[in-house]
Parts: sequence; structure tokens; C-alpha cells
Amino acid sequence: MSSSLRKALPAWLQAAPFGLVFLVFLVLPLLLVVAVSFWRATDYELIPAFTVQNYIDVFNGCGSSGDLCVTFKTYLSTLKFCALVWAITLLIGFALAYFLSFHVRSSGMQTLLFVLCTVPFWTSNVIRMISWVPLLGRNGLINDALRGARLIDTPVEWLLFSNFSVVLAFVHLYTMFMIVPIFNSMNRIDRALIEAARDAGASAWQTVWNVVLPLSRTGIIIGSIFVITIVMGDFVTIGVMGGQQIASVGKIIQVQTSYLQFPIAAANAVILLAIVLMMIWGLTRLVDIRKEL
Amino acid sequence: MSDPLSTGASRRTLLKGAAAAAVTGTTMGFPFVHAQEKIVLRYLGTAVNQDKAIADKFEADSGIKIQYIPVTTDDVTKRAITAPNSFDLIDEEYFSLKKVIPTGNLLGIDTRKIKNADKITTLFTKGEINGKKIGDQGTAPKKVMYLEKPSSTTFSKTPTQYMTLIPTVYNADTLGIRPDLIKRPIDSWKELLNPEFKGKAAILNIPSIGIMDAAMVVEAAGLYKYPDKGNMTKAEIDLTIKTLIEAKKAGQFRALWKDFNESVNLMASGEVVIQSMWSPAVTAVRTKGIACTFQPLKEGYRAWAAGFGVPKTVSGRKADGVYEFINWFLDGWAGAYLNRQGYYSAVLDTAKAKMEAYEWAYWMEGQAASQDIKSPKGDLLAKTGSVRDGGSYETRMGGIACWNAVMDENAYMVQKWNEFVAA
Repeated sequence: MSSSLRKALPAWLQAAPFGLVFLVFLVLPLLLVVAVSFWRATDYELIPAFTVQNYIDVFNGCGSSGDLCVTFKTYLSTLKFCALVWAITLLIGFALAYFLSFHVRSSGMQTLLFVLCTVPFWTSNVIRMISWVPLLGRNGLINDALRGARLIDTPVEWLLFSNFSVVLAFVHLYTMFMIVPIFNSMNRIDRALIEAARDAGASAWQTVWNVVLPLSRTGIIIGSIFVITIVMGDFVTIGVMGGQQIASVGKIIQVQTSYLQFPIAAANAVILLAIVLMMIWGLTRLVDIRKEL
Repeated sequence: MSDPLSTGASRRTLLKGAAAAAVTGTTMGFPFVHAQEKIVLRYLGTAVNQDKAIADKFEADSGIKIQYIPVTTDDVTKRAITAPNSFDLIDEEYFSLKKVIPTGNLLGIDTRKIKNADKITTLFTKGEINGKKIGDQGTAPKKVMYLEKPSSTTFSKTPTQYMTLIPTVYNADTLGIRPDLIKRPIDSWKELLNPEFKGKAAILNIPSIGIMDAAMVVEAAGLYKYPDKGNMTKAEIDLTIKTLIEAKKAGQFRALWKDFNESVNLMASGEVVIQSMWSPAVTAVRTKGIACTFQPLKEGYRAWAAGFGVPKTVSGRKADGVYEFINWFLDGWAGAYLNRQGYYSAVLDTAKAKMEAYEWAYWMEGQAASQDIKSPKGDLLAKTGSVRDGGSYETRMGGIACWNAVMDENAYMVQKWNEFVAA
């Protein structure tokens, strides 16, 4: 046995258990999904065969001019949510992380404020979403207040079951995923650099823009990966907050699996996976995460 | 959305049961004791029928424990096809049989072992009530009721000794409305797409059922007359979905709903004043003290029916337990319990014996309540003098226009439905 192999062996052994878990519970099922996406199916059985019909069905009507086909329209809508939610959570997440890291001195206070940020996760998904109705609904608190203040005569309808409410629910939930990694990156910034910037005559904004932001890049990228992957695959939040009227890729897959159309659902899943992987690949081009961690 | 809370709870009870069984098994150590272990039947179905009171009563009567596995309508079918080992008894809708029976996962039920089999209402066995034929568009139960042999994978056209499912509950669905907010009589399905209710209407987002409701609307509006709403051609599906998409783009729908509770919520909060609805949801809105009517419409009802099926994997004492439960279910107590919630039971005579005369008169004969009508849990459902929406059993069930169905063009329909949701 060569000495380099002997040195590498413990490392491989250490990685093996987790590697096995990934192999059995992630890689194998994924391969199965890919395989099934080329199968045929009837109402009650899957037929192992090789056909690209499922992929053709997914893009049915996409070639013709005029109206966009369902698949493109759905991806467009999902990507729109992705971009909006990403931008808003980034803005809020960065601001909050900055505050927590640079303005809150005691670590006890930092912990307390962190716990506060997790409040949205204290109740179940369904209950949380249902409770938006009395707040945003036609006869909800906000509309009542606005009417009470005589600012409006008829209730504002777009507060609930709209793009607005979907984005609101996403931001409410997932800003946390931005705060944590960004905060983590910020805490590693050498405070001497901030002092140096100040000594060199930089304003507070210049310090944030030229020093803090570039050095928090890793956290931002990791947070972005979290938010983007979650929003791309979501169908529950979009379903409930959009009044089931807004399409999402996840929803289409869910409907298809519940009608036992596994091959076409698998084809959709493979396409979604490919798109998300490309987005993540693009993001990791911006920063070498392994080097920065 | 399925119900993660209750499945979690049932998994816990399963674990507890398994642990308890293991403890008794090991401490006693006798095979004899082992054989006397309590039977636990895993009952797969939707939460709508899985009432705790029914399981408790059966356990008290027979010593057999019922363990509920509540999932959505679609998931019941999915599990019947993909995981037939995961339950001992299935409570599923008749329309899903077209998918399940060809798999051979269910065994025909031997009616000689079912005491009240010959008393099951003729609605199921012949498709008629008191000799009068009723609407059979879609997957009417009589079309999928019988098998030649227990293991057949195709349906028998004529009655045989083997039934696919023994009916549990059935009902006729229609639109639910908020009379206090609409303030005028509603008598046709076409009102669902009436621009008067723009932004205040909802339809259910279960494609196979939603499309039937949409078809009722299309027919009521005089746009098209379907030869069979339950089995549309591609062109008919296109037309129906096109109508829905136009309405959606015009802002007709406030929301679509998938979960029973969502429909209750939409109606109770006043977000929606007219929508596809299920009978227990109307009851749920009413028990909150909010006016809600399950409005009979002149075009008729969309009916559904569910029943017990036995998977081929169950055998021995468990199989006996399953038959015992089915027999108990038809014996009256459960039927009366369901009838008091506004459903209908499969064997009416036995249920009648377990109901008060005034209850029977209100629920089944369409008469005014001679005293306050309460739900099985004791909530007030109707005050003295009120009459059930839609009248008597005969009028309601006689008004069936079509049944929940699986179409031959199911795959195409689901694809088009996704188009509607994305529009």
C-alpha cells in the first residue's frame, strides 16, 4: 500500500457512513426517478420501456407561437417568485445580520434576538398559513383598519390569494435562511478591517459596500442557495397563499403523482432538478465555497 | 394537502400498540396468549369517514381495535395500488375502482358472509330508488359493483356473489352558498360562473371532481350537452377547461380549494359566497353560527359513494376481523351515526332502528324538525321547524345527475387541468 493511500484511508472511512446514506437515500432514488421518467404507464401500472414521450408531453405546445405553453408559463411564474423572494430576503437578511453582528455587543443578546427570528417556525405550516386569512382577508384586520381610517371604501382584494401574499409568506418564512449564513460570515470579518476603513476616511456606507459586503459573499451565496432551492420546489406555500390559483412546478408534479402518472411527474422532476442544479452551479461560480469556509 | 398531524398520531399509536404487544408477548411467553392478542385493523381512508366514536364503539362491542390511516382521496387510491400491504381494510370511492381492480390488489367480498348484503340499497345494486332509475353518468356504483370471481380483475356486468366494495357512505354534492351575503334565490349550477359573484366564487382543485362540477356549469349555461359528463372526449375536456380558464382570467375565482378545511375557511370568512362544497363542510360552517346552504339546483347533484374493500394480503383472524367490522358497520349503529351527519348509510332499515323517529323524519323524509336537531357530538345543527336542504332521501338521491368518475382520457384531463391552474 502506498503511503499516500494509507494517509487517505482514515479520511475515506470517516466519510463513508455519510457517503453511504447519500448513496442509498439520495443517489439511488434519483437514478430511479431518472429511469422512471423514460417509462410508460397506464392508470394502474408502470411499464419499464424506453420512451421520450413523457418529455415531449411536458413541452406539449411549447413550440407553437401565440400563448406560452403551461410548462414555460409555470417556470416563468416560479422563477419570478424566486427572484422576488431572493431579492427581498437578501435585503432584509443582510440588514438584520449586519445589525446582529456589528451593533449587538453581548452574545447573550445576540442569541435572544436569533431566537426571535425563528418565531415563524414555532407553529405548523398549515396553521400559520391559515392565520393569514383573518389578517389579510376581505374582512380581515388590515382591511378593517383601512376602512376604519376611511382610507378606502371597498376592501383591498390583492392582499390575499395573490402574488403579493405568496411573496409575503415566503419572505416571512425564509429570511431566516439568509440571516444565519450571512451573520456567520460577518462574524468572521476581522474588526480591524472596519477600523482601517474608517481610518482611511471611508463613510459608513462605503465601509459596508466595499468591505463588509465582499467579505460576506460566502454567506450570501449559501443563503441564496437555500432560498432559491426551497422556492423552486415549493408547492404548499404557493398553493395555500395563492388560493391554489397560481401554478408552481412542484404543484404540477404533486397533481401528477396523485393521479399515478409517475413517468411524466418524474420527467418534470428531472427537468426541475436540472434547472435548479444549473442555478446552483452558476452561483458557486461566483465564489469558491469550499475555499471560503 | 394530506393531514400530517393525524397520520403522525396514528403512527405513534401504532408504535405504542406494537410495543405493548411485544411486552405482553415476551412477559407471558406462552404461544397461547400470543394467539389471543387483540386484533388491530389498519383502516385506510379519508378523514371524513374516520370518526373516533365509530372505532370506540366497535372496540367496545367486539374487542377489535381500529387504527385509522387518514389520507386524501387521491392518496387512498395511490396506496391501494402501490402499497396494498399497508392496510387491512380500505374505505375508498367507487370511481377509483377502475384503477384499483385491474391491479388485483383487492379481493371480491363474499356476500354470503355479509349478513345484510341483500338489504343494501338498490341505488348501488340496480341504480334505482323505489324502482325509479336515477342518473348514471360517470362511474355509477352499479357499473363497478360486482366481480365474477374474488380474484377477477375486470368487472361483471351482471350481479354476482362477489362485491368489489360494501358501501359505507354516499351523498349528493351541490354548490354551497352564503344566503346572507347573496340575498337572492340560487337555483342553477350556472350561477357559479355568474359575473355577479366575480372574485367571490371557488371551485375545488381535485381535477377529477372539479371537472365534473365545471361540466354541470357548462351544461346549465347551455353551452354544451355532454353525452356522458363522467367520460368526456378530448374535445369536450378542451371545451370545459376553456370555459374555466376564461372565468379565471376574468377574475371569477377567489381561490381554488383542495382540502375540506380550506373550503370551510373560505366560506366562513366570507372570502367566498358560492363554491363547490361537501356536505360536512356546510355543517362545519353552520356549527360556527354562520348561515350556509347546501343549495339544491335544478340540474341535479353530483353524487359520490364510498365503500369497504378487502386487500388480498389480509388473512386468518385479521380477515375474520375485517368481515366482523363490515357486518357491524351495516348493523345500524354506524349507519345512524352517519345519517345524523347528513350522509346516507348503505342499509337504511338497520339505521332507522337506531335513530329517533323525529331524527329519521328530518334527515330521511324531508319533514320539518319537530325538535332541535343535533349532531352526534351534540352541536345544534337545525332548529325546530327547519327542513333539510334538498328534502327527502328520495328527492335528493333521485336528483343525481352524475357520479364522480375516472375518465378514459384521465391523463389528458389532468394535463388540461394543470393548464387551468397555470392560466
